[in-house]
Amino acid sequence: MTREMTGAKMIVQALKDQGVDTVFGYPGGAVLPIYDEIFLQNDIRHILVRHEQGAVHAAEGYARSTGKPGVVLVTSGPGATNAVTGLTDALLDSIPLVVLTGQVPTFMIGSDAFQEADTVGITRPCTKHNWLVKDTDRLAPTIHEAFHVATSGRPGPVLVDVPKDVQFATGTYQPPKPTASHYQPAVKGDMEEIVELVAAIETAKRPVFYTGGGVINSGPAASQLLRELVEATGFPITSTLMGLGAYPASGPQWLGMLGMHGLYEANMAMHGCDLMINIGARFDDRITGRIDAFSPKSIKAHIDIDPSSINKVIKADIPIVGDVAHVLEDILKVWKSRGRKVNREGLAKWQGQIDDWRSIKCLSYAPSETTIKPQYALERLEALTKGRDRYITTEVGQHQMWAAQYLGFEDPNRWMTSGGLGTMGYGTPASIGVQVAHPDALVINVAGEASWLMNMQEMGTATQYRLPVKQFILNNERLGMVRQWQELLHGERYSHSWSEALPDFVKLAEAFGAKGILCKDPKDLDDAIMEMLDYDGPVIFDCLVEKHENCFPMIPSGKAHNEMLLGDAETQGVIQSGGAVLV
Amino acid sequence: MSALHIKKGASKHSAYNLRPNFSDTQERHTITVLVENEPGVLARVIGLFAGRGYNIDSLTVAEVDHTGHLSRITVVTTGTPQVIEQIKAQLGRIVPVHEVTDLTVAGPFVERELAIVKVVGEGEKRVEALRLADIFRAKVVDSTLSSFIFELTGAPDKIDAFADLMRPLGLTKIARTGVAALLRGE
Repeated sequence: MTREMTGAKMIVQALKDQGVDTVFGYPGGAVLPIYDEIFLQNDIRHILVRHEQGAVHAAEGYARSTGKPGVVLVTSGPGATNAVTGLTDALLDSIPLVVLTGQVPTFMIGSDAFQEADTVGITRPCTKHNWLVKDTDRLAPTIHEAFHVATSGRPGPVLVDVPKDVQFATGTYQPPKPTASHYQPAVKGDMEEIVELVAAIETAKRPVFYTGGGVINSGPAASQLLRELVEATGFPITSTLMGLGAYPASGPQWLGMLGMHGLYEANMAMHGCDLMINIGARFDDRITGRIDAFSPKSIKAHIDIDPSSINKVIKADIPIVGDVAHVLEDILKVWKSRGRKVNREGLAKWQGQIDDWRSIKCLSYAPSETTIKPQYALERLEALTKGRDRYITTEVGQHQMWAAQYLGFEDPNRWMTSGGLGTMGYGTPASIGVQVAHPDALVINVAGEASWLMNMQEMGTATQYRLPVKQFILNNERLGMVRQWQELLHGERYSHSWSEALPDFVKLAEAFGAKGILCKDPKDLDDAIMEMLDYDGPVIFDCLVEKHENCFPMIPSGKAHNEMLLGDAETQGVIQSGGAVLV
Repeated sequence: MSALHIKKGASKHSAYNLRPNFSDTQERHTITVLVENEPGVLARVIGLFAGRGYNIDSLTVAEVDHTGHLSRITVVTTGTPQVIEQIKAQLGRIVPVHEVTDLTVAGPFVERELAIVKVVGEGEKRVEALRLADIFRAKVVDSTLSSFIFELTGAPDKIDAFADLMRPLGLTKIARTGVAALLRGE
């Protein structure tokens, strides 16, 4: 079943054989033969972005919302270097991507040729793996291997660099083979450790599930098994930013997000628990706060497919290396076979304690009748879109944290945000990638005006492909999170943290062929949101909000989970010099 | 701890113990890494050490299986126990890495390094250099009327000792290969 064909044709054939239906890309000199092949077929849809960074974020949105790898095609040199931020973003959030880059012909490599860059060198630290293909016969096996590596074990971005002469030359196409790769990460967890964890589950008085993006990456079965385990044990559950939706926000055991801007009850439960079950999270510094005061009295179980995550930051007492779904299945099996035991008495007391923490109502804020509070805007957005076939993307900053706090996610793969890298400019292209994958769904990018401007060129992509993405901009004319830190850490000296000379977003929308909506009065907000939702096309919603609102709760840098700030009154002089050096 | 009936030996079940547990004691470990000999694989390994701030005390690499195209990298590194664990786990993540073995943990192992040492001098010093070289079982691989090049194999501290002795006798240049190592026994 092998066939002779050119390298360019081989690439398109390999993508088809890998089940790819969509490619996000931008043409250029070094990929023209591939674009020619794309022109000659109809199976793969190419989405022309406006900037290569946008292509990678769009592919991330596509991947995160479908569970399939995202595919990107860009040219050599600047095409590849523009993709670097997106690759790093995908690496830190474990998003499977296959990025194809053109390269100058093999005989010109190293000569500082036009649009030459050492792409594999530049992207080595920001990909899971990468390849430079110098032989057309190796092209198809390498692309198949690239898909295998991107999606196996801990997912991540991979890159295949293809010189132009390799695209023109003829070689033998090889279809995918299932066992071709030596890279086969283990998915089953160690049974002895699993039994130990089950024993801990049976006796724990103050347990908590702490789940992360690994549950989402493991697939829908993992979320299903997690829900079963949480329901059956009655243990409370919190999640990182990346794991929202694995357990439904409406579920009775849900504590809300944890971490620096997590909910009071979630962080207090983490601090006070006696058994912490980390499922597919990585003890990120946004989660742990001060390491030496992190959950001091708990036994810590850590389930992760990546052995390097274990003991990297926090010592795991019960380390389980494996895929979340496989491990959860075994935990449930063992726990059921041993009689479904839990410490009912202890759990009842623990629940009482959690209810006390909940009663603080840490997400309450001072309402206003004259200005739109950002929290209010998100509460209304949640109320008016709840129950719809909804996907949310975000940019990075205060609005992102508020979105995580005030929007409820009932299912996995519905929430796309830049967690690890914190990439401003992620949300707009990501929303486009999501909408391409789910044409009939409601896709909203919750943004701040500063982040939004970073990749606003992608509105052109939205208009071109009639993607009805809703850009919901909480406009405070500030770099809100930077401003908040300057208030807390730098004596209210607001160095370059305001947005001057902002565009008129309504006119900007019209210039892009989209609809613009401006809203500044809380009384008009519901009608304006409905107008956005009812419009069958892309919308830029300019929501003028309170300019100096701070995001709470907040664990200040260098503090522990039980030292949260709940409101403005508590913020004076809270961050000591030791904490100030932390980000 | 007792409430949960978990026996974890010395494990303290607390993040408070993380730093003391992973104390500041610096340990020296010899780690061998079997990798596919493909372009850039050494850059991946070195880039990992540089990017994550680990130390490389010594590094050797050569293809050891010409049909399977496998190379063995031997790296000597120092770090706290936690850092050493991370180094091994991070090496294991590199896609073309087949196997990571920490010889320092795995058992007694043989560690050898080759050095060539140029000693320039005349008269008494020259005679003394030759005498010491004999004691160290170093071979003379080049000679002029006023210089020798010695070839010496051994553990790194033997080579250090030889170099220290040769310095006052006219050592001008030394080239070392870095450590190659294998586990003893089968």
